[in-house]
Amino acid sequence: MSILPLEGYRVIDFGWAAAAPRATCLLADMGAEVIKVETRKRLDPVRFGPDNLTRDPEMDPLFHSINRNKLSILLDLTHPQAVELIKRLIKISDVVVENFSPGVMKRFGLDYDMLKKIKPDIIMTSFPGVGSEGPLSDVVTYGPSLAGLAGLDSMVGYENERVLGMQQAYADINAALHGAFAIQIALYHRERYGEGQHIEVAQIEALLSTMPEPVITYGMNEKALGTLGNFTHMMAVHNNYRCKGEDKWVSIAILTEEEWEAFCRAIGNPPWIKVEDFADSNKRLANRKKLDGLISEWTITKTPNEVMEILQREGVAATPCEDTEDRFFDQHFQERQILVDVEHPATGVDWIPNVICRLSETPGGIRRPAPLLGEHNDYVFGDLLGLSKDEIERLIQDKIIF
Amino acid sequence: MDKTLAGIKVVELAQFISGPYCGLLLSGLGADVMKIEEPNVGDISRRCGPFLGDRPHPDRSGLFLHLNRNKRGITLDTKENAGRKILLNLLKDANVLIEDMAPQLAESLKLDYPHLQEVNPQLIVVSITPFGQTGPYKDHNAYAINTSAIGGMSSIIGEPKREPLTPPFSLGHFQTGIIAANAIMFALMASRRNGTGQHIDISEAESWAIFHTGNVVSAFVYSGRKRKRTGHRTPGPYPYTILPCKDGYVSMIALRGSEWKRFLEIIGDGKMPEWYARDERFKDRLKAGMQYADVLDHLLSPWLMAHTREEIFIRCREKHVPFTPVRNMGEVVNCEHLNQRKYFETIEYQGEKPFKCPGSPVRFSQSLWSLKRPAPSLAEHNTEVYCDQLGYSKEEIVQWRRLNII
Repeated sequence: MSILPLEGYRVIDFGWAAAAPRATCLLADMGAEVIKVETRKRLDPVRFGPDNLTRDPEMDPLFHSINRNKLSILLDLTHPQAVELIKRLIKISDVVVENFSPGVMKRFGLDYDMLKKIKPDIIMTSFPGVGSEGPLSDVVTYGPSLAGLAGLDSMVGYENERVLGMQQAYADINAALHGAFAIQIALYHRERYGEGQHIEVAQIEALLSTMPEPVITYGMNEKALGTLGNFTHMMAVHNNYRCKGEDKWVSIAILTEEEWEAFCRAIGNPPWIKVEDFADSNKRLANRKKLDGLISEWTITKTPNEVMEILQREGVAATPCEDTEDRFFDQHFQERQILVDVEHPATGVDWIPNVICRLSETPGGIRRPAPLLGEHNDYVFGDLLGLSKDEIERLIQDKIIF
Repeated sequence: MDKTLAGIKVVELAQFISGPYCGLLLSGLGADVMKIEEPNVGDISRRCGPFLGDRPHPDRSGLFLHLNRNKRGITLDTKENAGRKILLNLLKDANVLIEDMAPQLAESLKLDYPHLQEVNPQLIVVSITPFGQTGPYKDHNAYAINTSAIGGMSSIIGEPKREPLTPPFSLGHFQTGIIAANAIMFALMASRRNGTGQHIDISEAESWAIFHTGNVVSAFVYSGRKRKRTGHRTPGPYPYTILPCKDGYVSMIALRGSEWKRFLEIIGDGKMPEWYARDERFKDRLKAGMQYADVLDHLLSPWLMAHTREEIFIRCREKHVPFTPVRNMGEVVNCEHLNQRKYFETIEYQGEKPFKCPGSPVRFSQSLWSLKRPAPSLAEHNTEVYCDQLGYSKEEIVQWRRLNII
């Protein structure tokens, strides 16, 4: 069995909610030892999400998904002694990750300049919402609100109707992916050149990097798009069409002439395809509402999977709009194992998302479930830092390990 | 000091966004990225607007010019036997191949991983497809709207009785690209110790279904909860919503009760408004969000409609309330904060007016990010690569050109 890519690297994770924890999750999946620093004074809110109906912090499925493969220690960093302990831990670690508001780590005495004194080649990664510097750096943001600040939400709504927005956390999950990449770049850099560095993933910047089209459209033509519906100027057929059943929809997209002809064949070459309004792609784009209506008359007679089957047989892009239940039972996703089961001491069995990067030789994997609060205090404070059982007990009594 | 990825040779046999975004990230950090395009037509993004000066032309597409900066560009028809041989020759010397062939096609061309591994056992091959290398849908066709649909993103965007809305543009392609970049780094880190190449299987549908929405399926298994489309708000404690105000919309998300309380004090000019404090229905934020959100939207409306986004933003910042304006792209591109941070980069092309494009998604204190060369014109580096680098003769190049192999 090949060594895992990040085996032997130690990451100290001060993260909470999504951005930092999801980044370190990627690293943990690939073998890094990720130590999550928690405190009962201010528990990760993800331990008490909408699916955890108990008041028990060990029972949240989202927390279990994001924090599998990690270790947990408890430390109340408002105590100077706790800060001393964490500094000793950082001295024997490779990476520090945090997604606090700018300034918080400095208040703990754990900003990059301080950490560099402890370990000169430390790699520190921060995930400020809009950046640690600049006129907006004081603004508190959450993943979903960043979509508004970045202009993304302004384009999400039915064509020319009110803004609805993405209504989910895209920005911080996207930031996590970019952060994990950046951490690996820094590790690679350190392996080659021996130096560490400070990485800043300003979530709004990572987000904008995934939407160059409207940036460039404005940059070139000073045109700001409004709510778009499912419209794109690139394709006349590009929408979600109603199917048989309650709230069932199928997505269909046609780009090339070949695909259009294949689509016509697949739906049995009905007479309406021959009208002048649909004679070429420009005309179809101009008359897309009419076209959508006619396509809907066909899709409404079939289930989404039937539409997919009929169209994909001819090479036309069509997929059902799947909700959570659909995705769980989807035969392709089942075969691909998008979820894996892992035993968790509190919840019994969790079904959590699989490792996202599928590498043939070093595939990574789920080695352990999400940790219980402070589950690894003894290992970290005892084995790694050499504290005695008595010392650890005293720190617990004094609510420093808390 | 050289750039972080100096000396890493990447061959990019991929088009549009997913592969090229991955290539762009590696190129910016120092890798030598060589882009292979289909002869005569080139990368499909060359045909996407907006075009410089509104003139459609393969070298004037804003998207192509942005995503392919700093790469060398050659043409090659890898579906032809002669082209295939040339590709394998190119790959002998490469560290990474980014490719986006349908699995069936790669197999029929004998360009699937086992064949590539024969030629270069250390090669890291990243295969990017909509559904992955295995499974019943592996040879299905899909564009961004289709992977968003099956990946679970669309089912929760939009109004309850109307069609689901797809995330705009190509967010899914970019997610795929950054996941591919992560995977390449994992493979490079592994290869420092193992010395072997590997095959990496990247599926766009999974970038949504595993990484973005996978945990929601976990929740479904755990509690049976299924999320439906709920229009301008997300179910949960009030508020998690986008509401109209005098000159646009505000995004109002309060994860903590204290944040919501402070906002109410803003509306009430220093204390919680009577109409809120007196009303039993609003005592429990979760109950308010699940049952009385329409009522609350309506009650907040007078104050919101009397204030602009800017006014609301200023007041909220003062009181550390995390509500933000919904901005349009003009406001974003002209944003003082982003421009002071020098986030945007500019692309200049042959005397045309320069245009802004996104800059680096992450900032490093040491690793240098720079994209010095403009995106290549079609076949720009054919001579340099085929003759100077690979040692083919000018006559061979002319012959291949005639046969549309390059």
